[in-house]
Amino acid sequence: MNIAQSVKLKLTLALLLFSGFHATGAHATPPAPGNVTLLNVSYDPTRELYQSENTSFASYWLKKTGQTVTINQSHGGSGKQARAVIDGLEADVVTLALAYDIDAIADSKLLDLNWQQRLPQNSTPYTSTVVFVVRKGNPKGIRNWDDLVKPGVSVITPNPKTSGGARWNYLAAWGYKQKQTGSAVQAKAFVKALFKNVPVLDTGARGSTLTFTQRGIGDVLITWENEAHLIRKEFGEDKFDIIAPPVSILAEPPVAVIDKNVGKHGTRKVAEAYLTFLYSPEAQEIIARNSYRPRNAAILKKYAASFPNIRLFTLGELFGTWRQAQKAHFSDGGTFDQITAP
Amino acid sequence: MPTPVTQEQRNIQKTGKNDPIPVQVLLILLTFAFFASFVFMPLALVFSQALGKGWQLYIDSIREPFAIAALKLTLLTAAIVVPLNAVFGVAAAWAVSKFSFRGKTLLVSLLDLPFAVSPVIAGLIFVLLLGSRTPFGSWLGEHGIRIIFSTPGIVIATLFVTFPFVARELIPLMESQGREEEEAAVTLGAKGWQMFRIVTLPNIRWGLLYGMILCMARSIGEFGAVSVVSGHIRGMTNTVPLHVEILYSEYNYTASFAVASILVFLAIFTIVAKALLEHQIQQRQPAQADLT
Amino acid sequence: MPPFSTNRKHILPGFGLSMGYTVFYLSAIVIVPLATIVIGTFRMDPQAFIGTVTAPRVLASCRLSLTTALLAALCDSVFGFLAAWTLVRYRFPGRKILDALVDIPFALPTAVAGICFATLYSPVGWIGQLLAAKGIQLINTPTGIVIALIFIGFPFVVRTLQPVLSELEPEIEESARSLGATRWQTFRRVLFPHLFPSLLTGATLSFARGIGEYGSVIFIAGNLPYKTEIAPLMIMSKLDQFDYDGASAVAFMLLIASFTMLLMLNAVQRWQEKASH
Repeated sequence: MNIAQSVKLKLTLALLLFSGFHATGAHATPPAPGNVTLLNVSYDPTRELYQSENTSFASYWLKKTGQTVTINQSHGGSGKQARAVIDGLEADVVTLALAYDIDAIADSKLLDLNWQQRLPQNSTPYTSTVVFVVRKGNPKGIRNWDDLVKPGVSVITPNPKTSGGARWNYLAAWGYKQKQTGSAVQAKAFVKALFKNVPVLDTGARGSTLTFTQRGIGDVLITWENEAHLIRKEFGEDKFDIIAPPVSILAEPPVAVIDKNVGKHGTRKVAEAYLTFLYSPEAQEIIARNSYRPRNAAILKKYAASFPNIRLFTLGELFGTWRQAQKAHFSDGGTFDQITAP
Repeated sequence: MPTPVTQEQRNIQKTGKNDPIPVQVLLILLTFAFFASFVFMPLALVFSQALGKGWQLYIDSIREPFAIAALKLTLLTAAIVVPLNAVFGVAAAWAVSKFSFRGKTLLVSLLDLPFAVSPVIAGLIFVLLLGSRTPFGSWLGEHGIRIIFSTPGIVIATLFVTFPFVARELIPLMESQGREEEEAAVTLGAKGWQMFRIVTLPNIRWGLLYGMILCMARSIGEFGAVSVVSGHIRGMTNTVPLHVEILYSEYNYTASFAVASILVFLAIFTIVAKALLEHQIQQRQPAQADLT
Repeated sequence: MPPFSTNRKHILPGFGLSMGYTVFYLSAIVIVPLATIVIGTFRMDPQAFIGTVTAPRVLASCRLSLTTALLAALCDSVFGFLAAWTLVRYRFPGRKILDALVDIPFALPTAVAGICFATLYSPVGWIGQLLAAKGIQLINTPTGIVIALIFIGFPFVVRTLQPVLSELEPEIEESARSLGATRWQTFRRVLFPHLFPSLLTGATLSFARGIGEYGSVIFIAGNLPYKTEIAPLMIMSKLDQFDYDGASAVAFMLLIASFTMLLMLNAVQRWQEKASH
């Protein structure tokens, strides 16, 4: 019959779709004992770092337990990645740009609120800082933060509302002035003048790099130290110079195991081992080779040549916790909104 | 009985030839100028970047396992989405174009709505509906059913984004055809399904095919909505457009544009296939027309 | 025009089935998911909602999205009409290729399109170089946004006009001409009014699409608050601050704008059809 036939067709299609659902759902079942899979949800610039770390950890884990571990990677803006985990992306571990994003995950009860006490050094196996990248020969003579507010200097930095890296940049500039003058009012005026010189606010750190390097816009790029080294490696050392300002911020990108997800996947042991491994000398070497500052003092000394001596202040020194910093500066109505208002 | 296609072509030849040659030349040149700046240039850029470091690198980038995984996922998504939306498009066009009822304007506007919804919102709504913050989403999570950040989520978001293409193509076509032919068939005793197969389907097949091609093109190219519901896991939930973006942010421009060029090829391929098919059926048409 | 008469008895089958399926599928894929935005918004404290959507930065971004999308839709109407006209009425080498390429904006991921335009119009790009020599910079300006939106929207205009153009009876033009109308008069008085509803449809679709476009615009826009920050970016940046309510509120406003526009468009069309009988 006519209707019966067309109903049958639609049922077949519906079944097809739902069989698709179940096939994918089936991946969620715990893996065979010999194999284990982890999902590391991370922020943008760490792709190269974790590619090396994953290979290294996989061979370490195989030797230690006889288990083959596959680590899947997901990268994107730090806030976006945190939101994906909150909404159900089943990360076993997160390695994000700032503690505030992991706090937000903790708020939705996926991991303990005191997660930052679980691993050494505030759960940050490496640190980094904020430096400047200029065009070869430094034609505008950029040396320090004050040079960025001079008229005619065009500054590239991403949007602090959408980029974790940009928040470190913003706080670095603010902190420099506040330490110099001891006045938050002057710091605010300084940052306002700086953002007057910003012609474009990309949504992420990588976007800003492309604007600066590929599109030839801007005289100076404010970015992560590791990103600055990568830029020289990727685009040629003859095109860009790195300028280390005398004072900058100590950026601490933290890592954490997501309790709820490792419980569900039965991967707690390997996930914890993975993060602890990041503190091992072997992993710290890889960290240093990728231009992140290792926590291990001996290895930091070994690679001292690539890490210029910058006076680094911490977030806690000037801004309190990340929750406080976020609220004061980047939430709606915060200082960033105030300084960009016309 | 002449087929609609040849009739249409006759119209074109007659009307087109009436316009003065200078006008024709001017308009054609303007069209080329527009295409040159808005379509050729971006395409040329894609290919010049893709081949910038030689063929070898181009081929290597395309054959890389993550690129192939992304291509498979994209094609799988299109293979599920296109038939579902095609069946829906025919049903919706039938209801809207052959019957009059209250609320038709509202219904037609709702059909168009996904065109007008920002891709960002299109992704957001499925996260709000199925994400693990919601009761339904957490229920799914407890039963090991993954939708968001997995293939079904990508399929659903793509369904939404490409939802109106077939219906939109068919509604004006079927309205302009009226209902006499179908009514005649029913009067002559044809059953519903028979009538559809013998009268309606041949009349709408070009529109249907065309709508499906658009639907396919959009489903392989969708970025914004899919980006929100994919977890960006390499080799698992990356579609081709997402993979392009990832490669680009890894400073791997050559590979990024090489993979983007696959999308361009896919688009051109489907459109050329459609043109060839159209041509072949046109040639076969007179014989069939004699039989009926 | 279809012979619609409400009092004639329907003898065609399948209304219940096709209508039922349409409503079911429409609800499952479109209405229920979109309702989450509406519900989310209604659960918000009304004061907070009004505060969010009337914040000067949100208003500035909505204004920018609306004006750039409107400008792009106008440009698309002109270019799209031109392209549809030549593609349908004239035969010239390369016509089929051009016709095929009209769909490229649907198929090319919007992010790739955005990257391409940003690269082309950057001060070191193919087009940007020429403009830079004259001291013009389009990237990171509202004009840059309009350029990206023209690309995104023009297939809508071409593809809505093409079928109507190709079904135009040559007799209409011939009779107009035989009654003594000049070519221009024929176009203006006979052809254009006939094509106008489709042109309006295409332009509205491209307008509606332009308001919400994200992927291709963020690369070329500059994203400066109050200057080149588009409304969909406001949604994204609210989400990145985990402000789901705020994001829903802005999304809700955009949805209302798009839907009202489509509703008006369809109502006008139905009314025109009725009037022409």
